Amino acid sequence: MAELSNQLMVVTVLAYLAAMVCHAAEYSFGARSHIGRAAIRPARQLVGAGAPAEPVPDDLVPADDLVPADDAVAEEAPKKDRGALLGKVAVGITALGLLAHLGTLVTRGIAADRMPWGNMYEFILSVTFVGSAVWLGVLSRRPGIRHLGLFVALVLVVLLGAAGLVAYTPVGPLVPALHSYWFVIHVSTVILASGIFLVGFVPAAMFLIKNGYDQGKRSFPYTLGKRVPAAAALERLTFRLHAFAFPLFTFGALIAGPLWAEASWGRYWGWDPKEVWAFISWVVYACYLHARATPSVKRSTATWIAVLGFATMLMNLFGVNLFFAGLHSYANAGGM
Amino acid sequence: MTTVEERPAPPAAPPPRRANPVWALLRNSWRQLTSMRTALVLLFLLAVAAIPGSVLPQRPVNPEKVTTYYLEHPKLAPWLDRIGGFDVFASVWFASIYLLLFTSLVGCVLPRLLDHYRALRTVPPEAPRRLERLPQHVPAAERAEQPAVLAATVAKTLRRRRFRTVLREGEAGAWTIAAEKGYLKETGNLLFHFALLTVLVGVGFGSWYGWHGNRLLVQGDDTGFCNSVTQYDESKLGPRVDPSDLPNFCLKLTEFAATYQDTGVPKSFEATVAVTQDGGAAVTRQFTVNDPLRLHHASVHLLGQGYAPVLRYTDRYGQTQTNVFPFLPRDGMLTSEGVAMFPDANVDPKTNKRDEKLQVGFEGVYLPTVSADNSATSSYPAERAPGLFLNAYRGDLGLDSGIPGSVYVLDQGQIANGQLKQVSGDRPHELKPGEAWTLDDGTKLEFLGTRPFITISIRYDPTAELVLAGAVLGLVGLMLSLSGRRRRVWFRVAPLAVGDAGHGGSVVEAGGLPRTDYPGFPEEFAQLVKAARDEGTS
Repeated sequence: MAELSNQLMVVTVLAYLAAMVCHAAEYSFGARSHIGRAAIRPARQLVGAGAPAEPVPDDLVPADDLVPADDAVAEEAPKKDRGALLGKVAVGITALGLLAHLGTLVTRGIAADRMPWGNMYEFILSVTFVGSAVWLGVLSRRPGIRHLGLFVALVLVVLLGAAGLVAYTPVGPLVPALHSYWFVIHVSTVILASGIFLVGFVPAAMFLIKNGYDQGKRSFPYTLGKRVPAAAALERLTFRLHAFAFPLFTFGALIAGPLWAEASWGRYWGWDPKEVWAFISWVVYACYLHARATPSVKRSTATWIAVLGFATMLMNLFGVNLFFAGLHSYANAGGM
Repeated sequence: MTTVEERPAPPAAPPPRRANPVWALLRNSWRQLTSMRTALVLLFLLAVAAIPGSVLPQRPVNPEKVTTYYLEHPKLAPWLDRIGGFDVFASVWFASIYLLLFTSLVGCVLPRLLDHYRALRTVPPEAPRRLERLPQHVPAAERAEQPAVLAATVAKTLRRRRFRTVLREGEAGAWTIAAEKGYLKETGNLLFHFALLTVLVGVGFGSWYGWHGNRLLVQGDDTGFCNSVTQYDESKLGPRVDPSDLPNFCLKLTEFAATYQDTGVPKSFEATVAVTQDGGAAVTRQFTVNDPLRLHHASVHLLGQGYAPVLRYTDRYGQTQTNVFPFLPRDGMLTSEGVAMFPDANVDPKTNKRDEKLQVGFEGVYLPTVSADNSATSSYPAERAPGLFLNAYRGDLGLDSGIPGSVYVLDQGQIANGQLKQVSGDRPHELKPGEAWTLDDGTKLEFLGTRPFITISIRYDPTAELVLAGAVLGLVGLMLSLSGRRRRVWFRVAPLAVGDAGHGGSVVEAGGLPRTDYPGFPEEFAQLVKAARDEGTS
């Protein structure tokens, strides 16, 4: 089982990598002038056919934001567009990757006979799984953002690669410190919240790029902004994802965590490095929500704060696990 | 601090009277402090100020690491200490940031509480004259019912959907219905911020009235522990706690069971203790990691474990002394280091005089499992092939100097100045349980076996529940505030034609205004209008 899990992990990374290549291909070779409508029209129909009767609120993808005014060209575009096809293939491969990802987690859980959340490797595996699943979920409701798939796949591949290279730990049972039902509650909510913050980071970064592009910046990262959805839609998606993840994170890291810490170590909060950085992330994300709710703060400034928030989450995952020893050290890489 | 909603316009400029400059300064500083910009800056500062707390070793978290840091950075460390670098979260500057932040919070939230209280008591305002100027609008449509009847039905529909609804009769038989919903958003927001205050107050009182102590507890009747400050290895009482306030209980470790996987990673620990509370009868209780022993006003947490060799020393007068010496684990396989000191050895029974030059001490490591290749570390944490490796020292142990020293290492100063001399060979002498070792002067050390010991942390925090309640309320408020949406709708029902009011029939027009960012409002508004229409006809 453990072997199988490792093989499935490789399949997962390869699938995301393939999806990334397909997204990139769509990005580069998709019929250039058609890109906006080609990206959105066929995908919409696709979803409309399969989706439940519930009307899809289109607020995120106002058609006129994405579709060029030139309607005459738009009519014939959706028929044949290799780019859009590639994009759909990419989404399909991502879904396959997600299945393999689920398989990796399940087989690992079976091999260890517990929830697969016992060390840093398994934690990253779970966070990226949530990220990937949330991404596909959001995509199924808002097909217009498919172009972001390139960046989602990039983040997934990088994180999973890091998990495999830096943090791999052989399968084993939990140390007694983790024998607690809080293990399931605390770790699962933190994984969920981190996964959603991860997905929220992508539209945040893309919004900043698009925003810069719209303001006429044409140097490297901003050139990517040419083909992503409208800035306002990205910004709203960013906020929604963060507004959803923030209470989850509050519960997982700042309520369930301290409850467990009280039972385990006798104090609910002790400024362990992991706790310090969870606190920092919480404060930074709180900053983002405040900044976004304040009209006098520019949306781009607020979004920068969200990006900073994700950087603190990464710092907590990699920096704290690898450089600072603390009570959360069963998350340590390399299996001490 | 979160949502900025439309507020009543600030009162008109005060009459041009020269303001008291001090008062003006105070007022302006207060306004500056309670502004959103300041709050954001303070939040950021708080995040940045927390970083050193994870980079530098912290005294309350790990005092040994602070000592190591002092040794590694002898110049820098005292400076860092002066600015609170080793206790960031109790430092003046960290406290000043969060106190300013909370002041700003109170200054911002209190007026909003008043506003919200007023908003909850005021009825939704009269419809604007021109509904078509609102973000959502349904143009006038003709209906068969009487205006009064129709208006009542619409109002009923809105009330059923938990809108706060007012029905107003206007001129010439016209009615308006004003409705508002989503007050919970601001309620939740205020709740969140007041819950944060509760958490702060709870944490503050907890550190004043709480206490904690750490203790190493060896298994056995002769090594019990009673809850008093002097019996702790290390303890910290809150400023409002007197040593006599500590609850009265005693613990004896009767059994400690640990199981391990083949790799040496621990599987389970279980400590069994005999507890006596307030002089009552002893009760057997068990506890483990994650499942502390809850006593009245104290909880006992299992933090660690190890082995304590039992050693018997027979001195040159034939007197024997037996004692238990906990050896502290150095790694996960429980390679343990420690010392055994016999300061009262070689006391001449005739004169009863102690010769300080003849005190005896042993220093070394205990390996629960000595590996086949004779490496210096244990290869398994359970006692599969135990071995005790000791060096013997004779001379003045330095215990009478009055300077408190560690009981886990010999006084290196005494060894350096030659007062304490090593009297065994270059390599440590190995002892299996039951073996004896005769030293150069004919005295004898016997290794009788080991007893397990546990390290426990005993704590009391009177306000933990309050902090938890605050955190949970805060979460509820947060969710309300993030998911809630404030919106207003208006319906205007006018008689169809002014001349034939008696004939019935009306004209209905509707408008809607989302008061917070709410992308789904058009759909809700459309459904609302549809529902009002359907119920009217049925």
